[in-house]
Amino acid sequence: MSKIMLTRRKLLVTGAAGASSLVLGGCDTFDFLSQNDSAARAVLEKANDLTYHAQRLLIRNGALATEYSETEIRQGQRPNGSTDPQTNEYLTLKDNGFADYRLSVTGLVERPRNYSLSELRNMPSRTQITRHDCVEGWSCIAKWTGTPLSRILDEVGLKPNARFVVFHCYDKYDDNAGAVPYYESCDLVDARHPQTILAYGLNGESLPVANGAPIRVRIERALGYKQPKYVHTIELVDSFAHMGRGKGGFWEDLGYDWYAGI
Amino acid sequence: MSIAHESAASQGPLIYRQALITRLTHWTWAVCLFFLLLSGLQIFNAHPTLYIGNQSGFGFDNAVLSMRAVDTPHGAEGRTTILGHEFNTTGVFGVSGSADDPSYRGIPAALTIPSYRDLATGRVVHFFFAWLLVATLIIWLTASFANGHLRRDLTPTRRDLENFPSDVRDHVRFRFHHGNSYNVLQKLSYCAVLFVLFPLIIATGLTMSPGIDAGFPWLVEVFGGRQTARTLHFLAMFLLVLFFVVHVMMVLLAGPFNELRSMITGWYRTSPDKNASEEEKP
Repeated sequence: MSKIMLTRRKLLVTGAAGASSLVLGGCDTFDFLSQNDSAARAVLEKANDLTYHAQRLLIRNGALATEYSETEIRQGQRPNGSTDPQTNEYLTLKDNGFADYRLSVTGLVERPRNYSLSELRNMPSRTQITRHDCVEGWSCIAKWTGTPLSRILDEVGLKPNARFVVFHCYDKYDDNAGAVPYYESCDLVDARHPQTILAYGLNGESLPVANGAPIRVRIERALGYKQPKYVHTIELVDSFAHMGRGKGGFWEDLGYDWYAGI
Repeated sequence: MSIAHESAASQGPLIYRQALITRLTHWTWAVCLFFLLLSGLQIFNAHPTLYIGNQSGFGFDNAVLSMRAVDTPHGAEGRTTILGHEFNTTGVFGVSGSADDPSYRGIPAALTIPSYRDLATGRVVHFFFAWLLVATLIIWLTASFANGHLRRDLTPTRRDLENFPSDVRDHVRFRFHHGNSYNVLQKLSYCAVLFVLFPLIIATGLTMSPGIDAGFPWLVEVFGGRQTARTLHFLAMFLLVLFFVVHVMMVLLAGPFNELRSMITGWYRTSPDKNASEEEKP
C-alpha cells in the first residue's frame, strides 16, 4: 500500500513538472521570430518557397477549386478587412454608382487600356459557387460572377518579361507607419486559372461595397487575403521589389506568406 | 540488440536498444511537436471557434467549440463552449493575463509562439516544422522498414496480445518490466501515434490548404468538409498532447535516467530475469 501511495505522489509531481515545463516553454522566448529581419525567420520562411514549388509541381495548373451547389449558400458572404473605404476618389465613384469607374491595365503589356464597368459586364462571364477560406481559419460559401482575368490578359497581350500580376486597390490600411493602399499579387499560373475572375456579382446581385465593389479579384485556390477588393489597376510586372516593402502585397509586407495556397 | 557486459546480480545486462536513426528522429519530432503545438495555438487564436462541415456558421450555428470573452457585471469573463455546454474559463481560455491588464484571446500567451498575437509568424513557424515533421516521418519509416525496427520492435506479436491483460494490470500498479523489447501497451501507443495520429494530423492540415483542395478534392470529402478537417486537426493535437503527458510520466516512473540514456546513447539497462539471461546464451 505504502508503495502505491509513494508512486501516486511521484505521479502528481511528475505531472506538475511536465505541465509547468510546457507552460514555461511558450512565454516570450521565441518572440524574436516576429522580427522580419531575423536570420532564424529567414530560414523558417524557406518552407513557404518549398510549399509554393511543391504545390505547383503536384497540382495541375488548371485544377479547379471545388464548386458547390446553390443549397450550400447558407449565409451572406462575411465581409472582412476593409468594408467601407473612405478615400475621396472612392467616395466620388461610389456616389455616382461607379458609372465613372475605370479599371486600368498597365505595366508589361503590349496594349495598355481601361475598362469601364459596363465593358467588363458585357464580356463573357463566369459564375462559380466557391468556398472562401480566410487566413484566420473560417470559411464561407458564396456565388461569384465576373470576367475571367485570362481574357483581359489576352486582350492586352503580355510582354515576354511579365511574371506577376499586381492588383492595386482603393482601400487603405494602417501598416504601423501610416495608411497605405492595399495591393496584392499573383503569378501567371493563378492569373490565368479559369476560376480567376474580376468579380462584379455576389450571390446573384451586384457586388456590395462591403465585399469589394465595384471589382474584386477571386483567386479561388488561395486564402482570402489574395482576393483584393476595390481594385482600380492591374499592373503586369517582372518583380515587385519596388512596391511597398517589396514582398508583393500589403499583408506580405507585414510578414504573411506571398504564396497563399496554404 | 547486442549485450554489452555482464552486470551486478541486481541489474540485468545493458543492451543496445535504440538505433541512431530512431534516436535522431525521436528528438527531431520532439522539437517539431513543441513548435507545432505552440504555433498552432497561435493560429487557432486568430479565430478560436471550431465547426463541423465545409463552412463556418455566422448566419447559422455549426460550432462545436468556441472560446470568447463576454462582458458581465463583474467585468470580462472567459467562456469556453464545447458541444453546447458553456464553461467559465476566465484566467485561462477567453480571458487571461493579469487582472490589471487582461488579454482577450482564446489560448493564453504562455502557450503560444509568439507570446503576443501574431498570426503571420505563427504560420511561418508552423509550416516550417510541419515540413520537418513529414520529412522525418518519411526517413523514419524508410529506415525502420529497412533495419527491422518496424517488424521486430513495433508489430505486436500473438504473445503480446495474450499478455495484454497482465500488461495493463502491471501498468496500473506502476510495475514496470525492463525487457529487451517494448511491452504491448508501448507497441500499441507508439503505433497509434505513428500510424494514426501523425497521418491524421498531416492529412487534416493539408485539407485546410485551398491549393491542396483543388488538386485533391477527395481529401475534403473524406473528412466531411474543410471546417471538420480543422476540428479533427485540433482533436488530433489534443490526443498527441495526451500521449506526450503519459509518455513523459511513464519515462519518469520507469526510471528517467535509464529511459533517457536509451533514447540518447541507445544503451538500456534491462531488468534481471530469466528471459534476459536466456538470450545471453550463444
